[in-house]
Amino acid sequence: MRFMMIVKATTDSEAGVMPSQELIDAIQKYNEELVKAGVLLAADGLQPSSSGIRISYPEPGGKPKVVDGPFTEAKEIIAGYTLIEVKSKEEAIEWALRMPDPHGFGQGEIELRQVSEIGDIMDNPDSLAKEAALRNQLEEQKRA
Amino acid sequence: MNGSHTERTIDAICRMESAKLIAGLIRMVRDVGLAEDLVQDALVIALERWPESGIPENPGAWLMTTAKRRAIDNIRRTKLRDQKYVEIAHSMDLFTEEDIDQVLDGEIGDDLLRLIFMTCHPVLSQDARVALTLRLLCGLTTDEIARSFLVAESTIAQRIVRAKKTLKTEKVPFEMPDGEELKDRLSTVLEVIYLMFNEGYSATSGNQWIRPLLCQEALRLGRILAEITPLESEVHGLVALMEIQSSRLKTRVDSKGEPVLLMDQNRAQWDQLLIRRGLAALDRSRKLGRPLGPYSLQAAISACHAQAPTAVETDWPRIAALYEALSRVAPSPIVELNRAVAISMAFGPSFGLQIIDNLNAEPSLKDYHLLPSVRGDLLVKLGRYAEARTEFERAASMTRNERERALLLNRAADCMSRTSDKYF
Repeated sequence: MRFMMIVKATTDSEAGVMPSQELIDAIQKYNEELVKAGVLLAADGLQPSSSGIRISYPEPGGKPKVVDGPFTEAKEIIAGYTLIEVKSKEEAIEWALRMPDPHGFGQGEIELRQVSEIGDIMDNPDSLAKEAALRNQLEEQKRA
Repeated sequence: MNGSHTERTIDAICRMESAKLIAGLIRMVRDVGLAEDLVQDALVIALERWPESGIPENPGAWLMTTAKRRAIDNIRRTKLRDQKYVEIAHSMDLFTEEDIDQVLDGEIGDDLLRLIFMTCHPVLSQDARVALTLRLLCGLTTDEIARSFLVAESTIAQRIVRAKKTLKTEKVPFEMPDGEELKDRLSTVLEVIYLMFNEGYSATSGNQWIRPLLCQEALRLGRILAEITPLESEVHGLVALMEIQSSRLKTRVDSKGEPVLLMDQNRAQWDQLLIRRGLAALDRSRKLGRPLGPYSLQAAISACHAQAPTAVETDWPRIAALYEALSRVAPSPIVELNRAVAISMAFGPSFGLQIIDNLNAEPSLKDYHLLPSVRGDLLVKLGRYAEARTEFERAASMTRNERERALLLNRAADCMSRTSDKYF
């Protein structure tokens, strides 16, 4: 199963302040560990939101509203992500805990989210079985 | 999965750390079975203590230290009675703090490599290599391995015990082969990984959800191997092949569980991330080795399919050329059969048919249902329906897969209706 570890922005990352050498080294070492465990799929850092735009749809069915960055509320902004493939949620949590503190001086935040894989037979045998049972039930109802 | 949250967390940590721990301990105690027992002991202690004390900051180091202490306790208790422990005593001087730091930090890659060379050692049977690798390097339980291969758990347990015994009696060293030997041994390792992958990939029966576990484990192991042996082009070739093939895992079977052929799969659902990773791995292989080895060539073929936006846009002349190259480095009747298909797609069915007719005398394909099946397919394209029907019927009588048999008989019936059209 895949998980995305989302690193939230901090005042520094939004201001475009380069991370300290210490943090860069820690991240490199961590990424190496992920690779050596065969779990790293992809990882990227994003530019500050000042170069980003937001597209919103305030009116249902209406025209999109485009707003230029920067955006406020650093914690709602994503600064980077790491995508991993692991065997269990617990393993994902363990990797997320080992990720270095993003040095936000109190603002550091990492969010762990599972990537949804619809119809993924390898991850969710239960729901697949449930779905099959439901389908059988419907078939029988049709026949009756 | 059952148990409390802490238990599940401990289980996850164990799976993450066990290969490193076992590899590190074998380096010290020189015995696979003993190393595995020591790790198991350490895990049991963790299960007892961690729920109360909390999970330590560096669980890997904690487990290694604990396993090491168990090893020393073990030696004291038995008072160097038998040879096994005398041997351990000789390696006592290895039990230093730096050693543990090294195991935990720097030399993990080398130890893991030594371990995989051990579990894939030629003194073991193919089955034993696969089972032992899944157990020690992938950290699967015997139950998981048994379910993946659709055999009884006791069979796998026995296979692993016997394999460990063989490694011991044959005195297989925990070392890195070098020179020519390294190449041979590495190809054995790749064979084991690809065998594992294929067992999961080509599963046509049985427990359908656990078998992809084998694909994932093989891929994970391949990625690790590529990281610790970055200069081996065939390692990257195998990883590329597995990444690209995995990108199609979800489109290979329809919602009813029926297999879907490559040409009929919904390409929009192919996993682009895995395709990109596969292409990158293939690129690494190309930059390292010339000419390409068998895995890299197969990956290149797979990449042709991955890069075609639609089935009709497939670059068949290139695929035919790659099969030609493959038939030179790894000649086999199956490669020849695939070359025939590629050639017929690229240049017309009559050219493919010529190659297939040369294969008809091939004894190893005597019972291979795809030979008449492909021949039938080409005959249909040439409008020779009566002959095609005979081939499909022959293929149907040869396959052991029920779904495939039904499909082939359908095609035979289809040919029959087309033959009769001619007379009316």
